[in-house]
Amino acid sequence: MLKRFREPGIRGHEAAAGWLFLLPVIVILGVFLILPILMAAWVSISDWNGNGSPLGAHAHYVGLANYRHLLTEPGLDQNNFGTSLRNNLYYVIFVVPIQTVVALFLAVLVNRRVKFVGFFRTAFYFPSVTSSVAITVLFLFLFDPTGAINKLLSFVGLNGPAWFYDPDGLFHIIIKHFGVHNPPSGLANHFFLGVSYWDWLAGPSVAMSVFIVMAVFTTSGTFMLLFLAALQNIDDSINEAAELDGASEWRKFRHITVPMIRPTIFTIVTLGLIGTWQIFDQIYVGTKGSPLNTTLTPAFLSFNASFNSNEWGVGAALAFILFAIIVFFTIITRIVTRDRDTVRKRRFRGALAFVGIRGDR
Amino acid sequence: MNAQRTTHGVRWQLALAAVAVAALALTAGVALAGQQTHKAGVTVTALIGSSGPAETYAVNNAARAWSKQTGNTAKVIVASDLGQQLAQGFASGNPADIFYLGNDQVATYAKSGVLAPLDNLKNVNSFYPSLKAAYTYKGHLYAAPKDFSTLALVINTASWNGAKLKNADLPKTWKQLASVAKKLTRNGQVGLCTNPEFHRLGVFMLQNGGWLVSKNGKTATVNSKANIAAFNFVKSMIKNGSMKLTNQIGAGWGGEGFGKKECAMTIEGNWISGAMQHDYPTVGWRVAELPAGPSGIKGTLQYDGGWGLAAASKNKAEAMALITYLTQTKVQMGNAKAFGVMPSVKADRKPWSTLYPKFAPFLAGADYSKSIPTVPNIATVLGDFNQQLQGLPNTDPKTILNRIQSELQSVLNQA
Repeated sequence: MLKRFREPGIRGHEAAAGWLFLLPVIVILGVFLILPILMAAWVSISDWNGNGSPLGAHAHYVGLANYRHLLTEPGLDQNNFGTSLRNNLYYVIFVVPIQTVVALFLAVLVNRRVKFVGFFRTAFYFPSVTSSVAITVLFLFLFDPTGAINKLLSFVGLNGPAWFYDPDGLFHIIIKHFGVHNPPSGLANHFFLGVSYWDWLAGPSVAMSVFIVMAVFTTSGTFMLLFLAALQNIDDSINEAAELDGASEWRKFRHITVPMIRPTIFTIVTLGLIGTWQIFDQIYVGTKGSPLNTTLTPAFLSFNASFNSNEWGVGAALAFILFAIIVFFTIITRIVTRDRDTVRKRRFRGALAFVGIRGDR
Repeated sequence: MNAQRTTHGVRWQLALAAVAVAALALTAGVALAGQQTHKAGVTVTALIGSSGPAETYAVNNAARAWSKQTGNTAKVIVASDLGQQLAQGFASGNPADIFYLGNDQVATYAKSGVLAPLDNLKNVNSFYPSLKAAYTYKGHLYAAPKDFSTLALVINTASWNGAKLKNADLPKTWKQLASVAKKLTRNGQVGLCTNPEFHRLGVFMLQNGGWLVSKNGKTATVNSKANIAAFNFVKSMIKNGSMKLTNQIGAGWGGEGFGKKECAMTIEGNWISGAMQHDYPTVGWRVAELPAGPSGIKGTLQYDGGWGLAAASKNKAEAMALITYLTQTKVQMGNAKAFGVMPSVKADRKPWSTLYPKFAPFLAGADYSKSIPTVPNIATVLGDFNQQLQGLPNTDPKTILNRIQSELQSVLNQA
């Protein structure tokens, strides 16, 4: 007993060694992740105005004033916040489903044994490894009102919009074709977060739609790779068994492939949600929120409020509200996928029982 | 085997020792070298947001000349995002000593206490009073004006002649402006195009006797009758097709639309000359003063550039000396020659107009031009104004002006 206390066994120092090996990561995460988050949390509840350290004498505790300012006080900041939420919400609603479906489609395509499959895999993945800034600049040129896209459209007799300069919402454009030009007063006169119901229902602007296309173009490749890995984990024998049973390609896809890669779908939808709610560099390089604030996003607004308007508390509060939104949507996704799983299991068990009973008979 | 291992170890130790000695020697050398320069003087850093290589080169040259003259060292840093880098510097407590400062930001920064007042600058009396006013917050001067620019009417000479217009037709009133814009709208070209920005369209507010704030600067007057009428005038030209905003023709700014011959006239500042020279050298152009409003009031807007001094600077005396040096008549004229800006000192007025006779209308504008009010956070409000003006063709000007009115008033209340 005594000896064991004095001389730890052959594995006695492993814990210390483990901590030692972890130390670099802990230090790096602490200094570059945990500390900044704590600092930002403090700034969001302080009146720090950018003068000297936020931990110094210039910053005072103001409680939830910055959050209240954004959420309850009508004015420019709330207006911008509401507008940015609207813009980003539409961006998410369009990008996440489309990029997930496109990525899955591409993955299924390149999962086959066809000629040049390596080339296609590389080609689809290529936009993902290119810097978002470079791609944004490329899109700025492509979607210039006199650029390549509109040139192409003109060959088939179409008059393309001004893309990055067009603030009209897609839904507004669509209902215009049905003769609705002016908002019903019920929608125009009621406001949520400083934005009228009519504007909440505008849909993504034409400018934002270009960013949506760009996001699908750049990230589908990345997610294709994740889907590809998941697809290759599906045992061939399962598909073969289904084929023997006479299942069509679509049924195999619907009832074997999709259920088997559900965890990957959850991962991709979650990653997509996080990434799309944080959209910043494209806006910073491309439009800075123009036209008519329709590409303003919370992340860019947070930057703008802090660095250009010197309202650091408001900027930090915005970042935390954005964080809450992302967590909220992630939990929703989790619940949706998990619930489905349990329901399925129950159904599956029910089906087994059903079969069992019949067998008994 | 054993012996070999020992020699190997010794060799390693020797190598380590040698490296250590070398490193020591090096640091000592660096330290000594550092001390030597310190004896001679201090280092003053200057953060600039440069318009291009010409400006960077000119500022660097001036800084070098000052270093030579005083024995101090002026270090010029070109910012890629001036606002962000300034904010970073202020937050770290170790900002650049002096820096470019636009008058839209000066009140915001002065209020937060990161700027040192420059009331005692040696050459403080050489500047235009209006420029000093643009940098004065609560009675103190917070930046030394370094240059400014006004907006004027820029005209494509070929289009002008093509529409059979003469010198006498240069628009002196809104009516004349509307009529020449109409005449110039031909051959797929629109008469007038300009950015949907307060800092372009706002000139019509001034010409109609309107402004953003009341005389005492306490009340917002954005939705005044004069301003509404001014924007209705702009809108009437947009409606009849003789004027377009640059977002309607897909140009980034007036100079681009003008250079690409999308429009025959634009409202721009003197920086357009650089763009015309480099990007559209074949387009002939001239400058005219902006027209006066219905009651004969002339009006234009100006952009101001200045040098600010950080409150946290450790070498304020030297930094102020550098600012004085950089804003003196001779250096400013050098800058004017290098990249065409208008000097902020009264004494440079004559030499500038002999240097750039073509740009006389820009300088003439200095007599009646206005800077934006020096109010904290006004940049945010004007930013929203610019966003809303992008929708001017499809919106009632009143809606926009009412919105900006309430935003500006709330900013004024907090000032």
